[in-house]
Amino acid sequence: MASRVRQKRVAQLITHGKRLDGRGLTDYREVQVEAGLIERAEGSARVRLGKTEVLVGVKFEMGEPFPDTPNEGVLTVNAELVPLASPTFEPGPPDENSVELARVVDRGIRESKAIATEELCIEPGKKVFVVFVDVYVLNHDGNLIDASCLAALAALLNTKMFNYEVKEGEVKIKPGYKPLPIRNYPVAVTFAKFNDKLVVDPWLEEEQVMDARLTMTVEKDGKICAIQKGGYGYFTAEQVFEASKIAQQKAEEQRKLVVKE
Amino acid sequence: MPVFYERRQLVTPGDLLAENDYFAGENTHKENNRIYATRVGLVNYEDKRVYVVALKSFYVPMVGDTVIGKVVEVTLGGWVLDIRAPYLAMLRASDALERPFKPQKDDLPSLFDVGDMLIAKIVAYDRTRDPLLTVLERGLGKITRGQLIEITPTKIPRVIGKQGSMISMLKQETGCQIIIGQNGRILISGKSPEDERLAVMAIRKIEQEAHTSGLTDRVTEMLKKEKGEKEVVKNVTEET
Amino acid sequence: MSQKKPEKLIDENDVRLDGRKLDEMRPIKIEVGVLGNADGSAYIEQGKNKILAAVYGPREVHPKHLALPDRAVLRCRYHMAPFSVEERKSPAPSRRELELSKVIRECLEPSIFTEYYPRTSIDLFIEVLQADGGTRCAGITVASVALADAGIPMRDLVSACAAGKVEGRLVLDLTDVEDKAGEADMPLAYMPSANAITLLQMDGMLTGEEFEQVVNLALEGCKQAGQIQKEALRAKYVVVKETEAEKEEAEAGEE
Repeated sequence: MASRVRQKRVAQLITHGKRLDGRGLTDYREVQVEAGLIERAEGSARVRLGKTEVLVGVKFEMGEPFPDTPNEGVLTVNAELVPLASPTFEPGPPDENSVELARVVDRGIRESKAIATEELCIEPGKKVFVVFVDVYVLNHDGNLIDASCLAALAALLNTKMFNYEVKEGEVKIKPGYKPLPIRNYPVAVTFAKFNDKLVVDPWLEEEQVMDARLTMTVEKDGKICAIQKGGYGYFTAEQVFEASKIAQQKAEEQRKLVVKE
Repeated sequence: MPVFYERRQLVTPGDLLAENDYFAGENTHKENNRIYATRVGLVNYEDKRVYVVALKSFYVPMVGDTVIGKVVEVTLGGWVLDIRAPYLAMLRASDALERPFKPQKDDLPSLFDVGDMLIAKIVAYDRTRDPLLTVLERGLGKITRGQLIEITPTKIPRVIGKQGSMISMLKQETGCQIIIGQNGRILISGKSPEDERLAVMAIRKIEQEAHTSGLTDRVTEMLKKEKGEKEVVKNVTEET
Repeated sequence: MSQKKPEKLIDENDVRLDGRKLDEMRPIKIEVGVLGNADGSAYIEQGKNKILAAVYGPREVHPKHLALPDRAVLRCRYHMAPFSVEERKSPAPSRRELELSKVIRECLEPSIFTEYYPRTSIDLFIEVLQADGGTRCAGITVASVALADAGIPMRDLVSACAAGKVEGRLVLDLTDVEDKAGEADMPLAYMPSANAITLLQMDGMLTGEEFEQVVNLALEGCKQAGQIQKEALRAKYVVVKETEAEKEEAEAGEE
């Protein structure tokens, strides 16, 4: 945890429109995306956002559909704040932070209908594909949400499903693969608030001093598909509207890093 | 200088009470030259001060207060007491024994044990540690007889009255010994359970009507009436 | 045993299934001080939602290592009773309840003067007895009242309400069926004296313009909820004042 003096400096600079690492208030840190590094997973990707590092693996299983969506595949997102990622992460069952992270990533994918779940139906009402998206945080240097969402998107775009046919109620695997049908590209943009200033992509030291955080997930046509406010402070309505406009712009920029046209 | 409520109006947290040149009194909070209520209660404006008489709050320890506490734990060097506050209070052996504390010889539970009620005084308290008590002054120590009642601490000043007018009247009319703990506990010790019952009744009435005026007279009247009726009953039974 | 999904949620006259207009809230009823043991408590009914909130504290923190040196720690547990929903819910805390406990805590903390009571905890329990959409908002609304009832000093009451989009129209205070079948649901909590939005979440799809309209709609709902919170707190104490006024009148009459 940064010293008091440093925390003060961070906050002071921001009130003057500057950040300790020299970034502009709405600038992201440098992003590196690497896909397909875990061959055993059906899809995988690693994102480095500054020093924050998140690895996402996608695995398939077969299972029963939910009763109210009998012809659709199932999406499950899980997140782990692995202890090696930060001195503040302790081993044990998922705590509220990892649950929140998983659910925010899930919301972005689910509400934007990024995965064409109707194409994951094996036997209507009986058997569907279950897509497991596992978010593995490897290094925490702030803004886990944006890094995780980006990694999840890259992993899904990297995911391949095996070809199959259903014979006598049994699923038989055929040679060859096809990509997981992806129809939307949700990108999360997270803001930190310092009094009346909003800052995009807070890094760890900024997170320790911020009043509150606000995440807006934007899909490919600029619609907002998920929002999550976090932290103990608050936002005014004007700040919320300002954030939504900046989010739409930044999401488009970030999307290009993962989705190659 | 704008004020937004009339005296004795019921306000709730967040209600804007006054603007600009006012001072923030009890249960209010000033922000950007505006004074807001922080608790549910009756607002009052006195000169340039605005405050709220809270209808419900809990006791916050203050050095010098006399409190009535219950022993909840006996430790190696003293006792831990529940004084109906957000913090437990400590009573060190040295603040209970008149001579130096000898751990091998002195058996602390025989002096005060878990469950005992003590009248004590707060000698130290600040934000960094729990309140510290003493029982070494006159009138302090273990409670051995009488009835204990609890009222909300904000009403204690009313039970005492202006310059002790209410409590002196109560003692006189009921003939009871009444010891008041600032933390909302009151010890009543009378010659008979009847006398104690009168005192309890009076205090409950004060608690209910603490925010009204003319209370002292009304309570006196009520007590006289109660005692008068009993006199009549006594005479009637004697005659038959 | 599951409900049959209704054909249409809003008719051509913009009237919803329960008869409400698009910008109409469900009727709210709040009772204060309903539990004997808690330091503060309140109960809310909003449409079919039935939620109980209780506050213990400020009190000593257990376990001690969780205490903060400079302020009280607020702990919150949002929990749904197994019988509160259509299909019985397991009593074990779900991931949703864990997330909601966190966001509700972060929503109410700015309203409390925690710095007045270092090294203590304020424990808030929200129990959903019957659920019909918007439980986290109704839970926040009733919890704020319970905190005030406990005599805990607060900057302001926090009021909450959800707004969203159903069958193409922007609506206020969605029921469970409207939330499940609709296009967007956005719970929001507001603290008026600081112009502060302390809870904001959304799932669904909204354009930028729709989003602004939905936020303003939710803020309207919060204002209405705020009125009811204040009335409920006043109602508990007005009784005392009235008996006094009656007594004084009667005495004046006797003279």
